[in-house]
Amino acid sequence: MLSSIWAIFLKDLKSELRTRYALNALFMFVVVTISMILFSTAGEVVSGTLLSGLLWVVIFFSAMSGLSRTFVSEEDRGTVIFLQLATRPSVVYFGKLLFNFALIFGLNLFIVIAYLLTMENFKVKSFDVFLVGLILGGIGLASASTIIAAIIAKANTKGTLYPVLSFPVLLPLLMTTINMTQLSIEGATFSETIGHLRILISYSAVVIIASYLLFDYIWKE
Amino acid sequence: MLWKILLGLYIAIITALAFVIPIGFIPGLGERARIIFLHVPSAWLSVIAFFVSMLYGIRYLRSKNIYDDIKSVSSAEIGFLFCFITTVTGSIWAKFNWGSFWNWDPRETSIFVLLLIYGAYFVLRSAIEVEERKATLSAVYSVIAFVTVPFFIFIMPRIMPGLHPGSKGDPEGAGPVVTFKMDPNMRILFFASLLGFTLVYLWIFNLRSKSEILKLKIENKIYQEVQN
Repeated sequence: MLSSIWAIFLKDLKSELRTRYALNALFMFVVVTISMILFSTAGEVVSGTLLSGLLWVVIFFSAMSGLSRTFVSEEDRGTVIFLQLATRPSVVYFGKLLFNFALIFGLNLFIVIAYLLTMENFKVKSFDVFLVGLILGGIGLASASTIIAAIIAKANTKGTLYPVLSFPVLLPLLMTTINMTQLSIEGATFSETIGHLRILISYSAVVIIASYLLFDYIWKE
Repeated sequence: MLWKILLGLYIAIITALAFVIPIGFIPGLGERARIIFLHVPSAWLSVIAFFVSMLYGIRYLRSKNIYDDIKSVSSAEIGFLFCFITTVTGSIWAKFNWGSFWNWDPRETSIFVLLLIYGAYFVLRSAIEVEERKATLSAVYSVIAFVTVPFFIFIMPRIMPGLHPGSKGDPEGAGPVVTFKMDPNMRILFFASLLGFTLVYLWIFNLRSKSEILKLKIENKIYQEVQN
């Protein structure tokens, strides 16, 4: 099972690296969004708490523009039936989940570096809290958006529907991570954010388990 | 038929009592506390309706019977209507008690998210043409959305300070809304109102799902006649 999951992951990685469609689009998307923020706040003194909220706005919308790619491209290329023949649904789900984890980690890394370089007031006092929030937030974001991507790949209006469906499901996660990033800017310690960590971990666990149980129905549709 | 008339009388009496029953003095709220007889039961009704909608969604996934899907949508529609009523009544009340229509209190956030979830649910349904696929995908979406709802209703209000009873820092303790101390009159009428609203829900649900199923049957019949 693990080796087949790894195989799905490698397949997606290879086909992505062959065209670099999602990677290039995402890269430009992040650049455009951050410059948009820079233009609209030019000459203003923007507080760190506001910037940490905007950081998650950038992360959310970049994720929304890139994470649906894994499932939508299978539908577009008509390779769904082939995958259905080749392996079990849960293997496909975890392979795609792994790929989305990798994508969101790369994305977050790029966004944060770009953000730290361009935003003068974005100074993180406790970097460990910030990093853990970013990683756990990324895991939660990827786990919810993977299953939603599988749903919208079967619908007619794929692009607009994706953020609409994902946002309410992701909101508890986003509120927690935004709060945690703000705390890390103010220099909070780990013991102050223990409640946030619990929410983030339980959120990802609940969503991944529910997705695992429900994926069969979507995949065979 | 008889029970519907009785239910009508019961709800009428509850509505009248909600305005006149003595509720004792509640510091900071006074007579405004009477909203609990109508606002909380409609929130309760919408949560029940969404829960039933999800249960029928799961049943559809197992049975693939299109009637289960119809029941699931009917329940979601009723839930959405009452969710809207809860939001509007709560918002008007908040203007007079807390000073603004919307404060992003955790419970206000959670009702807003319920509206968003089911708004998205109906959008998803309208974006798929094949009936079976529509039914399956919307059922899956409602389950995924529902597993995240407890984070709003039970967890976020506890860790974030808010204005509703049962929020973080409430001296009466961080429990569900009804644990704060109530006058006996008020308590009885509140639970009577919850029961009344539940019965109203069952009635509307029955009516709505029956009419939708009949509609489908008639459509199928017309379709068959056209083919012949």
